[in-house]
Amino acid sequence: MAVAAALALCGGSARAEIPARVVSLNLCTDQLAMLLAAPGQLVAVSYLARDPRSSTMPGAAMAYDITYGQAEEVFLREPDLVLAGTYTTRATVDLLRRLGVRVEEFPVVDSLDAVARQMRAVGAALGRAEAGARLAAEFEAGLAALRTADGGPRAALYYANGWTGGRASLAGEILAAAGFENVAAAGGLMPLERLLLEAPEVVVTGERYPGASRAEDLPDHPALAGLRREGAVADAEWVCGLPGVLSAIARLGRLREALE
Amino acid sequence: MNRALLPALAALVAALFCTSLLVGPAALGLGESLAALVGGEGREAVVLIMREVRLPRALLGLMVGAALGLAGAALQGFLRNPLAEPGLIGTSASAALGAVIALQTGAAAAHALALPGAALLGAGVSVALVVAVAGPRGGALTLILAGIAVSALAAALTALVLNLSPNPFAASEIVFWMMGSLADRSMLHVWVAAPFLLAGALALAATGRGLDALTLGEDAAESLGVNLTRLRLTLVGGVAALVGGATAVAGAVGFVGLVVPHILRPLVGARPSALLPASALGGAAMVLAADIAVRLVAPDRDLKLGVLTAIVGAPFFLHLIWRLRARLA
Repeated sequence: MAVAAALALCGGSARAEIPARVVSLNLCTDQLAMLLAAPGQLVAVSYLARDPRSSTMPGAAMAYDITYGQAEEVFLREPDLVLAGTYTTRATVDLLRRLGVRVEEFPVVDSLDAVARQMRAVGAALGRAEAGARLAAEFEAGLAALRTADGGPRAALYYANGWTGGRASLAGEILAAAGFENVAAAGGLMPLERLLLEAPEVVVTGERYPGASRAEDLPDHPALAGLRREGAVADAEWVCGLPGVLSAIARLGRLREALE
Repeated sequence: MNRALLPALAALVAALFCTSLLVGPAALGLGESLAALVGGEGREAVVLIMREVRLPRALLGLMVGAALGLAGAALQGFLRNPLAEPGLIGTSASAALGAVIALQTGAAAAHALALPGAALLGAGVSVALVVAVAGPRGGALTLILAGIAVSALAAALTALVLNLSPNPFAASEIVFWMMGSLADRSMLHVWVAAPFLLAGALALAATGRGLDALTLGEDAAESLGVNLTRLRLTLVGGVAALVGGATAVAGAVGFVGLVVPHILRPLVGARPSALLPASALGGAAMVLAADIAVRLVAPDRDLKLGVLTAIVGAPFFLHLIWRLRARLA
């Protein structure tokens, strides 16, 4: 108990310093750190940052080492700061904390408001508060310019296995900001029949992975063929609170204009 | 043979087929559903649901059930063994392995017939293997043991292929390939499976006389002019086409080919040739009923078809073993 308190105090006192060696364990903090860190400050990012299906910056990520979120490999890089998500790599985060490493956790961005908030928070953690604030302000300005009044065509988010995204999610807010009305109030499993009854004009699906699965065949069901549109795909830009969110909204907005 | 049996079974299948069309997560009125299905009238969404979601599901239930019932009856007739069944002797699991390989290698995407073709190949190899190991005179024990080995190997390889797939969803679909489901299938699947099921059914229909003669023993059958080699080839090919076609689109649904011929055998006077059409209808009824039940039990979840057929079929299987105990020992 006393040890834990002492470690927490150490962590607290280190907080004010600017970390020289930063490792990120989470796809979203990876990309924010790549955008915000000073040259040489960011040592390693997660392997997902190099995957073009989930990362908007796979090319940039090639310049950094990668980690698979194992405590050992992270500790051996002697980081002053580890950036992590609140949901992932729990065991690693706990272990690193016990070893006295400063870990900052960031929640999943589940709304457009949270995007700018997280940009500022990651900037502050990196000791780059100014860069973070600049990125956040650019994002907010871009969002204000793009945001369309809702009440437009009805659309549905429909992913593998029949999962749908509700309004209170980043994808749901992207849809709303582009002027679409989400047919699903809450996210969750939606049987194909019920989706069809909601009669959306557009179905936004996820990207397909290589190989094959029945799960991903569902959004490709012939009954939905008339609802699929070029570009209505929730790709890497939809995953994290990054500037890419704006281009996702812009892309959907063009689709909405084409429909109206 | 009871003259009323086939018409009665056909009426049962027709009733279950119609019920299957009317059951689903979207609560639709009876009149609205039928108008949409038959005339394409009413809301566009309802027409889509009836024609693109429920019709293929009901058709596949009919086709897959008939295929499995027919394959079970033919196998039992040929091996003169009441425990022979595509699921139990590993045919379905091997067909699933073929289908999974075709899907994960991309062959299925490149050519529409690659998926059922690969499933047929898997089924064919396994039936030929089990028939060869158990032999025409092989006892029930040999057959079941050979089937267990083939099933286990095919299931393990299926799991291996799906686990090695680059697709993050693939591994969770092991359950589908082992238990089977008709959820969210489309007319595409109906057309992919139809030629294989038709060819298999025609092949097995031609074995009726041979199977009847075989009840007298092999020597007697040969003296009656039955070409046993050709009979065996036709049977292996027919069963492979039926089980391959069915498994490629619906996964491995077990026990249908075991339960149905047993219930119907006394009603047809134990003549294999008469049992074939009756089992096809009975199998269709069983799978349609099971598929209706999975939607009533868990409307919003994809409860697997094989769960229900196994709940009915496995106790039945134990009961059969109990009765055969003296012979097995």
